[in-house]
Amino acid sequence: MLHEVTIAEAGKRLRTGEVSSSDLLDAALERASRTEAQLHAYLTIDRDGAREAALVADADLEDGIDHGPLHGIPVALKDNMCTRGVETTASSQILAGYIPPYDATVTRKLREAGAVIVGKTNLDEFAMGSSTENSAYGTSYNPWDISRVPGGSSGGSAAAVAVGSAFAALGSDTGGSIRQPASLTGVVGMKPTYGTVSRYGLIAFASSLDQIGPLSRSVEDAAITLEAIWGHDPLDATSYAGDYPKPSAALSNGVSGLKVGVVKELAGDGYEPAVESAVSAMVDGLSDAGATVVKVSLPTFDIALSAYYLIAPAEASANLARFDGIRYGHRGEGATTETLMARTRAEGFGPEVIRRVLLGTYALSAGYYDAFYGQAQKVRSAIQEDFVRAYQDVDVLVSPTSPTVAFEAGARVDDPLAMYLSDICTIPSNLAGHPAISIPIGLDTQNLPIGFQVMAPALGETIMFQVASAVENLADFAERPILEEVAS
Amino acid sequence: MGTGGAVSYTPTTMPIDIDIAHVARLARLDLTASELEGYKTQLGVILDHAAQVQSLEGDPQEETFHPLGFVNVFRSDERRPSLDRDEVLSQAPETEDGYFVVPPAMETD
Repeated sequence: MLHEVTIAEAGKRLRTGEVSSSDLLDAALERASRTEAQLHAYLTIDRDGAREAALVADADLEDGIDHGPLHGIPVALKDNMCTRGVETTASSQILAGYIPPYDATVTRKLREAGAVIVGKTNLDEFAMGSSTENSAYGTSYNPWDISRVPGGSSGGSAAAVAVGSAFAALGSDTGGSIRQPASLTGVVGMKPTYGTVSRYGLIAFASSLDQIGPLSRSVEDAAITLEAIWGHDPLDATSYAGDYPKPSAALSNGVSGLKVGVVKELAGDGYEPAVESAVSAMVDGLSDAGATVVKVSLPTFDIALSAYYLIAPAEASANLARFDGIRYGHRGEGATTETLMARTRAEGFGPEVIRRVLLGTYALSAGYYDAFYGQAQKVRSAIQEDFVRAYQDVDVLVSPTSPTVAFEAGARVDDPLAMYLSDICTIPSNLAGHPAISIPIGLDTQNLPIGFQVMAPALGETIMFQVASAVENLADFAERPILEEVAS
Repeated sequence: MGTGGAVSYTPTTMPIDIDIAHVARLARLDLTASELEGYKTQLGVILDHAAQVQSLEGDPQEETFHPLGFVNVFRSDERRPSLDRDEVLSQAPETEDGYFVVPPAMETD
């Protein structure tokens, strides 16, 4: 089926004239019309804009103008990335109806690469969550079992890619928000090195941690998409200005001679047996394929989650100060500026956002800074040092992506801390600013996908993709979710 | 379950005292008394877990603010087009003559 092919394959067929970009878009929109009633992956589908872009892509190819691997490919954007003229809400009531006056850098780059933007996908409000249940516009569901969540916060992007209503999608990853939903929906999800993909036009959550990256149906597609969106951007002061690697060129190099470290701390109590056995089988597979496998201890990982839940809310509390009812979005009633702002924010933010803004405000407030925020930043240094020590011995580190498979909708909503623990395997890479990728490696007995995480040092994308590609080949994961069709 | 569990955690010490009304005022959030009480309880649980950062051993560490250690990145001071004013103002709740409208910031008699 056309909606199931990879970007690499679709690109070949486009260039032989076997299919057109309009055909690819039809396939994606057809899938959306068959699945959206159950999944709610999209907040907005931009049919007109996508149709026009597909026609341009087809006309360009006919004229011999080829914008590269994403030319004519239908992709989706998480709804926290600005799209000029198309509503962008970050799944918050406070931005209901907001039409950005500019494109995010990633949006611009996708357009310049000839991609066709199908629409905007659902997320936890301001990317704060691990299930999409914090969206102000309703939960997305997991195509493998629609009573379960697709993970989060990029759950809409993950679900769309899993069922083929987009050939790839962008997500943002602050503590695992690309990789965890990729793991829970059986797709590939990748967080690049901090600073390599511009954050200009990404609605900020925690600026020292946020990073945009691809969700896709293959490791090669993730590399192709990454190479289209990354690069230095003067509009982002944290953007990396040096040389960028070319991971797509190294995918078939194998793992022979490489040293793989299995993280001791990311196993044991709380990890589902099916997840642990699939991960350990994959580790054995890497060993059989010629890699040297060693166990590695990174003791500070045990307190990474604690540090994250101080640093991320602290930065969020500062970033979200801009939502005050003055320049855009919802405005509450108030006779003075302060009462208007306080009313606006109480009405416009959902409970998880309020919880994190309060938490961050407290952690930064006078008298508590040293004990909480300052101490968390020291933990971050210690985590980076642990990584540096580990990478003296090994080329990559591996672990499960998530301690569990997809959980039931509603199971963790009343217990914020249980929800936070979903991200225990993914958070260390964010705190260090390192790249990491999740690859689907199999299903548990309930037919729910299991993800395998490969981590690499800063700018180590080439070796990370090389290992990820080997993992993909070993896993040979070809299952697709089967959704019972309902008329929409 | 202790602190090692990945998907559950039971607090051992409670609670960290939080002046929640003060924090809400700082954050400009107009919440009801019962909302404040609920958030105070939840923050207590989360902060109890987060206090594990104080268990960090070894030499005192520097605080890390940027993962790759960037400091003071400047751009060149060049004129370039800004966003279209009408397009920007079209998103504001209230505007007048090309300006944003806000209520009084200071009390007047």
